Amino acid sequence: MREIKPVADWTTDWDHLDPRWRDNPYPIWDEIRGGKCPIAHTGRYNGAYLPTRYKDVRAIANDTNSFSSRRVVLRETYPETGTGAPPITSDPPEHKPFKQLLLPAFTPDAIDRLVPGTRASCNELIDRFIAKGRCDAAQDYARLIPIRVIAKMIGIPESDSDLFVHWIHLALEVGITDPAAMEKVEKEMGAYFLGHIAERRAAPKDDLISYLIGAKLEHRALAEIDIIGVLRLLLVAGIDTTWSAIGASLWHLAKTPADRDRLIAQPALMPTAVEEFLRAFSPVTMAREVVKDTVVNGCPIKAGNMLLLSFPAANRDPEVFPDADKVVIDRDQNRHSAFGLGIHRCVGSNLARMEITVALEEWLKRIPKFRLVGDVAWSEGTVRGPRKLPIAFG
Amino acid sequence: MTTSRLKVRVVADRCQGHNRCRLIAPTLFELDEHGYARAKGDGLVPPELVDKARLAASNCPEYAIEAVPVQPGQ
Repeated sequence: MREIKPVADWTTDWDHLDPRWRDNPYPIWDEIRGGKCPIAHTGRYNGAYLPTRYKDVRAIANDTNSFSSRRVVLRETYPETGTGAPPITSDPPEHKPFKQLLLPAFTPDAIDRLVPGTRASCNELIDRFIAKGRCDAAQDYARLIPIRVIAKMIGIPESDSDLFVHWIHLALEVGITDPAAMEKVEKEMGAYFLGHIAERRAAPKDDLISYLIGAKLEHRALAEIDIIGVLRLLLVAGIDTTWSAIGASLWHLAKTPADRDRLIAQPALMPTAVEEFLRAFSPVTMAREVVKDTVVNGCPIKAGNMLLLSFPAANRDPEVFPDADKVVIDRDQNRHSAFGLGIHRCVGSNLARMEITVALEEWLKRIPKFRLVGDVAWSEGTVRGPRKLPIAFG
Repeated sequence: MTTSRLKVRVVADRCQGHNRCRLIAPTLFELDEHGYARAKGDGLVPPELVDKARLAASNCPEYAIEAVPVQPGQ
């Protein structure tokens, strides 16, 4: 792994790969947000901004003229593939048709149909470790729930899950500083999906691969490269995001018996609590490329830089969220931006919300009392969540 | 004294389909096939759902929901 030069000044030299950011980014964002310039800049990554206030993040998310989505992960160098992963890497006007194509598969009604299978899956995972009295809740539980759901939706075998996790790690963590890792992932994923697309062309099934093959984008079938791009997005965005949110929620509940007991006593509070976990531990930080000089909140923003669109930092802004640094499971005014803001709102938000809710409900039914029994390891980069979460119970 | 009632409206070009309103107040909001929200029927809020209507408005990440008092017949 590359050595990260330690950050001396977070407002002028920030680095999201600094271990302090990885382990506990909140004080860093608070420091920047409370300082003279709440939009920090760094010379690293060929120049990048970091807004920390909710209203600045919102303004930037809505300004698709100045801030392009063609690069959504902050890296040292960018692969010259040009394939992208629409619609997340698309700008208007190309964005909308791709988004419209995916939306019907992710409405609350469509997602409701996946609830019984997800419940069964959670219980089957708990069966594997409950007798042992301990588990790594990140690896043995949180990770496997979204993998199983998204693999089934897409139409790829769950038995390939180690491969998916490996690709995501290369694409979103290693690939930030290692372009060879990125190239490897693009090549391998492309070949993998090509095989499945060919199989479905011959024999369609009830899955997203078959749906994309049959779908029309402005009256034309999708090009193979676009099908692969969409599938890459669904796989990469559908796993470690929700894995992180489930893991961070369990991490909080392991440390906070009062919240655990309250959720068991008042199950109707769960939807409100899930939104609060999403706010407090928002896993996903996207990037934008500045394509036009502009001014945000009095701060000049120069084209050619990248920008880290920190929804997690926005969600800790005390101007919008009183007691922003506290987890308040009955917080009833919560316009959190964990799923993004504006046209790029996460297409899978209803799916993620369902998976988190079901995962916590089933866990609390079977394991009402549990505690942390070791060090927690957090992922770094684009998606932040526990990757090691040792928990004991009983 | 005239009694005003609350009316909810989703500003269509702001809604991004977060679906928080439908989660909070499914009797007041419905979704189209893409998951974008609109008020059900005329948007008038029964008195027992006024709190839910206000919660839906104050939880919308896109500030897309208006909940405003209207006079009867308006």
